[in-house]
Amino acid sequence: MNKRVIMLVAVFVFVFSMKVFAGKDYHVPYPPFTPGIYPCMECHEGLDRNKKKRVLKEMHQNIKIEHHGDRWCYDCHDERNMNKLKLANGESINFYESYKLCGQCHGNIFNDWKRGVHGKRTGNWDGEKQYLLCVHCHNPHSPKFKELTPEPAPIKPTRHGSKAH
Amino acid sequence: MKEEKKVSLTKRKFLKTFMAGAAAALLPLAKAESAVRDFDMEDFLQKNFREMTPDEVKKTLKRLEEKYKKKYGKDFVVKGTPARENVSFAYGLNLSKCIGCRRCVYACVKENNLSRAPHQIHYIRVMRFKKGQGIDFENSEHYYEAAKVPEPGYFYVPVQCQQCEKAPCVKACPVKATWTEKDGIVVVDYNWCIACRYCMAACPYMGRKFNWAEPQIPLEELNTNTHYLGNRPRMKNVVEKCTFCIQRSREGKYPACVEICPVGARKFGNLLDPESEIRQIIETKRVFRLKEDLNTHPRFFYFFHS
Repeated sequence: MNKRVIMLVAVFVFVFSMKVFAGKDYHVPYPPFTPGIYPCMECHEGLDRNKKKRVLKEMHQNIKIEHHGDRWCYDCHDERNMNKLKLANGESINFYESYKLCGQCHGNIFNDWKRGVHGKRTGNWDGEKQYLLCVHCHNPHSPKFKELTPEPAPIKPTRHGSKAH
Repeated sequence: MKEEKKVSLTKRKFLKTFMAGAAAALLPLAKAESAVRDFDMEDFLQKNFREMTPDEVKKTLKRLEEKYKKKYGKDFVVKGTPARENVSFAYGLNLSKCIGCRRCVYACVKENNLSRAPHQIHYIRVMRFKKGQGIDFENSEHYYEAAKVPEPGYFYVPVQCQQCEKAPCVKACPVKATWTEKDGIVVVDYNWCIACRYCMAACPYMGRKFNWAEPQIPLEELNTNTHYLGNRPRMKNVVEKCTFCIQRSREGKYPACVEICPVGARKFGNLLDPESEIRQIIETKRVFRLKEDLNTHPRFFYFFHS
């Protein structure tokens, strides 16, 4: 009996989370939150929204804003509900729709992303494709793609052919 | 009496020489013993894949599955999935995005059961070019070692089989062991290849590789989901090449290199589908192909675009 209840709850939670985070327009995976950080309102509920630009000392010290232009948290985060993001026109959107936010400035890239030209696709070329959000590859606070360590170079053939002989 | 002795002496001498000669002749045979043991009459007498009836194809695939089970102790699936109607494959590669990380090279090695070191085979060669000098292969480098990529001042061009519509390799093959499939993939019937390597000499992209030795693959890394014209285990003395991961693409999946690329530079799809990524690229970006002047009509399109 107990097991059944747990199962039911598990299924409910799963379906609910799918509903919350399945993109409305595009199938996207769960946004890449730092573990334990979402929902934001768990901490921000009783806090005042300080819109002043300053060095953060108590939380989020690791966030460095290296995004083009002079940016601050509430340019993109919704001060009315910290669980959401905010478009330039004031509209509140969910984190799984963040491509709309990025697309406000990066319109050409947004168009390419929609057509599958920009960004990574996995799955089927003739069917269901898995899209990624902009923020899966680009840290929104510091969007330049980070350097990677390359895989090893191929073995150079020696004068007498490759070493296999 | 005297004469008899002479004869017997000669006989002894003859036998001695003969035995020594026979032993000497057997020596290289002992070396080739494994080759003799591995010789498969069924393989030898088999028809060219294209000339087989559907029934013969079925039998061949089954025979190969049994053979691989015996050789590797694993259950293989050897498919013969034919080309789909109204599908013409093409590939796109965004050179503005490629960072030269070689993830594609090794995803391909794993997916396609390529021989590992020391006799290493890679279908993808990531060429590094100095910025500002254009794509000049004479001055490119694919053995580059870097702590981090992309390196400032360089750009990267991965090159693999370009799946040409007018493939010079296909024209060069004297036994028709390689041909272009209906969906555009250039394939090799490994059992029909005679190891002359004319196709390799004909290819202007260095897209073909030769198994100079028995391919070396760690047992636990063998991919057992295979296609007859694709990633099934190869043998010594056959030519092989990229097939757009025929075992994946014929089932609707993206090739392994597309799926691994961390920057989304690699695009793949059906040219006949106007909504496909590759069509969108060709229609909206400025694409080019390598060595266009050779009139090989590659199905591999490169482009620069943020």
